[in-house]
Amino acid sequence: MLNLWRMIRRTGRVAEPAPPAPAEQLPAAGALGGSVQIRHVDAGSCNGCEIEIGAAFGPVYDAERYGARLVASPRHADALLVTGVVTRNMAEPLLRTFDAVPAPKVVVAVGDCARNCGAFAGAYGAVGAVRDVVPVDVEIAGCPPRPEAIVDGLRKLTGR
Amino acid sequence: MNPAQVTFGAAVALALATAVAAIVVPRRVVVGAGTALTGAAGLAAGVAAVSGHSFSLVLPGLLPLSGVSFTLDALGGLFVAVTGGVAVAAGVYATSYGKASAVLPMFVLAMLLVPAAASVGTLLVCWELMALFSLLLVIGENRSRAEVTSAGRWYAVMTHLGFVSILCGLMVFAAHAPADSFAALREARLSPAVSATVFVLTLAGFASKAGIVPLHAWLPRAHPEAPSHVSALMSAAMVNLGVYGLVRVGFDLLGGGPRWWWLLVLALGALSAVHGILQAAMSTDLKRLLGQSTTENMGLVLVGVGAAGLFTASGNPVLAGLATAAALLHVVNHAAFKTLLFLAAGAVLHGTGTRDLDALGGLRRTMPVTTALFGVGALAASALPPGTAFVSEWLLLQALVHGLPPSGVDTAIALPVAVAAVALTAGLAVVTFVKAFGVGFLAKPRSEAAANAREVPYGMRAGMAIAALGCVVLALLPSLVLPAVAGGATTGLVTLRLTGVTGSLSPLLLTLWLVVAVVVVAAGVRGVVARRTRRDARLWDCGGGPMSARMEYTATSFAEPLQRVFDDVVQPELDVHVTHHEESRYLVRAVEFRRSVPDRVERRLYAPVLAATRAWGRAGRSLATGSVHRYLGYGFYTLCAALLLLAVTR
Amino acid sequence: MTALGLAGAVVQPVLIVAGAPVLVGVMRQVRARLEGRAGPGIRQPWRDLRKLFGKERIAPRGTSEVFRVAPLVLVATTLVITVVAPFVTVASVLNPVADLFVVVALLAVGAVALALAGLDTGTAFGGMGASREVTILALVEPTLLVAILALSARVGSTNLGDVVSSMVREPSRVISPVSLLAAVALVIATVAENGRIPVDNPSTHLELTMVHEAMVLEYAGPDLALVELASAMRLSVFLGLLANLFVPWGIATTATPAALLAGVLALVLKVGVLGAALAAAEVFLAKLRLFRVPELLAGSFLLSLLAVAASYFLA
Ligand code: SF4
Repeated sequence: MLNLWRMIRRTGRVAEPAPPAPAEQLPAAGALGGSVQIRHVDAGSCNGCEIEIGAAFGPVYDAERYGARLVASPRHADALLVTGVVTRNMAEPLLRTFDAVPAPKVVVAVGDCARNCGAFAGAYGAVGAVRDVVPVDVEIAGCPPRPEAIVDGLRKLTGR
Repeated sequence: MNPAQVTFGAAVALALATAVAAIVVPRRVVVGAGTALTGAAGLAAGVAAVSGHSFSLVLPGLLPLSGVSFTLDALGGLFVAVTGGVAVAAGVYATSYGKASAVLPMFVLAMLLVPAAASVGTLLVCWELMALFSLLLVIGENRSRAEVTSAGRWYAVMTHLGFVSILCGLMVFAAHAPADSFAALREARLSPAVSATVFVLTLAGFASKAGIVPLHAWLPRAHPEAPSHVSALMSAAMVNLGVYGLVRVGFDLLGGGPRWWWLLVLALGALSAVHGILQAAMSTDLKRLLGQSTTENMGLVLVGVGAAGLFTASGNPVLAGLATAAALLHVVNHAAFKTLLFLAAGAVLHGTGTRDLDALGGLRRTMPVTTALFGVGALAASALPPGTAFVSEWLLLQALVHGLPPSGVDTAIALPVAVAAVALTAGLAVVTFVKAFGVGFLAKPRSEAAANAREVPYGMRAGMAIAALGCVVLALLPSLVLPAVAGGATTGLVTLRLTGVTGSLSPLLLTLWLVVAVVVVAAGVRGVVARRTRRDARLWDCGGGPMSARMEYTATSFAEPLQRVFDDVVQPELDVHVTHHEESRYLVRAVEFRRSVPDRVERRLYAPVLAATRAWGRAGRSLATGSVHRYLGYGFYTLCAALLLLAVTR
Repeated sequence: MTALGLAGAVVQPVLIVAGAPVLVGVMRQVRARLEGRAGPGIRQPWRDLRKLFGKERIAPRGTSEVFRVAPLVLVATTLVITVVAPFVTVASVLNPVADLFVVVALLAVGAVALALAGLDTGTAFGGMGASREVTILALVEPTLLVAILALSARVGSTNLGDVVSSMVREPSRVISPVSLLAAVALVIATVAENGRIPVDNPSTHLELTMVHEAMVLEYAGPDLALVELASAMRLSVFLGLLANLFVPWGIATTATPAALLAGVLALVLKVGVLGAALAAAEVFLAKLRLFRVPELLAGSFLLSLLAVAASYFLA
């Protein structure tokens, strides 16, 4: 316990200073008013994007400070964070998850796979990119995208 | 004319007339209406007696030797009124439920007579009649089912053992008094040893009728197996008479007693309360659960009675009055909600054909009225405001809390433990009734039977509605009955104020404020929300699905965490049986898993007794070989021994 | 009904409804800072609520009125407590409801409503959450009641106002063994009732470890806002009661504006400090395995029983 306390003292604040807010904001950001609950859906990713999302919500990049938060149910969510190419098995669940989110809702496609099938383009198990299944509002490029990019994309939603 | 006498006479006449009519015209409407009217007359008689119109009646010719004498005083009147009230609801319900039986009104009559009996002989006769009629009703309808016969056997044996115990106790009592009337018994001067014997013997008998641990084994068997309106009568009215007997003998006839009596009562009550509710929380059979909850509630009543005795013994009449008020109010409350719950359970059985909670569910759509009424009963039983049991448990806790400063080490230990037991019981009651209501009536149906349930006929609904009305009135305005049970322990109509100690509670205002708060919040939400209409959407099934009823939590799984918590106390039995494929031990063909939560008290206490009885029976069989010569020989030797004994003693 | 009680009945609900989300914000912020994060700021819970109220309402197929009414009941029970219990003022507008047993029972009613809603959905997680919640409730309720008994036994009344004002009059009671034991028991009960670490993790995403969250997985939009507001209010109520039962100083005993202002400030300060301490403690703790939780609760029950025994023997 004391050790932990010492470590907390020694480490101090690890969150990096906030980079300037992205210039453009999504129209939905106004309705959300600086609070975006996010449900993450892995539609068929290689888990590289997940690691970066984990990093984005870690202490260093601290996406939570801009009002974004990961939640456990799409009913609680405002945004879906979809990673990976949409596989046959995940197309229906993705649609249902989208349907479960109460309006107003936005979809963020994270990673090249989600944007344009990336490395998996033309694979027999892939249905297509995320926008082929559900309407996408924000796309974050990269394979995997850097945490800064993810945070930047999320800030377009929170407007902070 | 004394109104109590008139109405009581009317009740007797109505019951007898109904019984005769039922034999002539065996129709449900006749029996039900007659029983309800009997109950109504009994209710009126009880109310009249409680409000000061007590009467006495002696019929010397009715019974040889002792004659029959009745007195309906305030204490007896309360129990007569409760029985009458229960009979009204059960009677109305019976107009469209069960078989038309002439025994039903007779059972109600016997229960009305017991609290009015004013002599040992009368009490014992009425008591036995009550036991016999209820036994007939338990086994009457479904004689052929094995569970019913077994339940009947348990009930017959236990109730008669209890009867023997009461008989012995009262006989000892009467032997030390000039006559066997209660008035004479009150005058009797008993040595401490004799009065202790009387108390313990009668306590055992009355406790067994009230389903108090460890004499409760018959209750969760017999009450559920009876037809539901009979279950209601037994569980809501008959068990009360055990409490009546205890109060009558302990306080009235014996005039209180040393502290250890009441500590014993308190301990038995606390044990029953916790044991009963724990078993109920694990139970998956709706009616059995209710039966076990009866043990719990009678335990709570006994905690109150014990505390009252304790406070009387230590010279604190204010708290004694408060504890008595709590106990008796709980008797009334329990009667109201247990009637409702058993009648509703009967409706579920009627509508679905099952009472297994694991197979129920989804009834709120198919049986909305029953669901709503069961909800009222469940709220009342779980001791949460604004329910009925909350008020009486509040009074009970107030009595225990104000037991400070303690008047001795025994009370200093007993009262906190009692509070802990009551508190634990309250917590577990919440689990039990959330389970019964949530699993049994909400969610999706777990079986075909539940999915195809049909709402019950109007007669049954009316019976339940009457009981529900009783629950609601008792919950909101307990002050209507409190003067009857409390003497002067509380004052005030809307707000109950305790006399002698600080404490006040207003169930009506509390409910009112809750309703206002709900309305305010609902209005506030309507004001701020952007979109008012709700979008219909699939249940969130993680995107997979569709979800089947097999994925739901069942009553067993619902109680599983609790069962783990109380693992050491309830000691569930696990039975895992794995069968393998012929070819290899590594391939599993089937896994059979069985778990049961047997009653531990029963297993530990009854199994050895039953085994011993069986052994004695076998020993007896070797004496009875069937040879006439042998039997003549036994007779001869017995005669000789008797003569010898006489010769020696004279 | 005194002027003081009336003032309390107006000030307290407003203060707690407005302040409860801020309290949650403060606690999250404390946690974030200790974890080396920047944190979303203490106004974030209010932003969340504002947004949720603006969202669409959803009626999941197969749910009934129980599901729709439960959030209202949850908020309403807590609201009644904020009106009658002594948070800012000792006097209550409705003394016969400001009883300790009533308050505990009202809190339980809210929890039961939510558990029934969880069962009503008929989903596996709803049932699971409900089952766990009522199991914890069944163990917490006795602790609360017995701890209360310990506190109220010497006052001779279970009325909250009486208990608090007797503490104000005799400050020496605060450090008696009875108070200390009862305080520890009540803190554990508070942690368990409000689903905080180590009993439950309010920010978990793993359904199998959930207790409270599992019951509310189906709620969306305004309903969810109500549930979240109610949990925040319940936390404030618990902390407020805890503060006033053991450290009652500052609570308004007269109906002057200055006294009321002092009462408000004292409450905000006490609850804020308690909340921050709770949040800081959570950083040092891991969530207990679900089936270890009963041991913790049994321990707190034992402590409360000890408190009663102490109050009997030391009286
Ligand atoms: S974008 Fe790259 S890292 Fe992300 S899922 Fe596709 S392959 Fe994996």
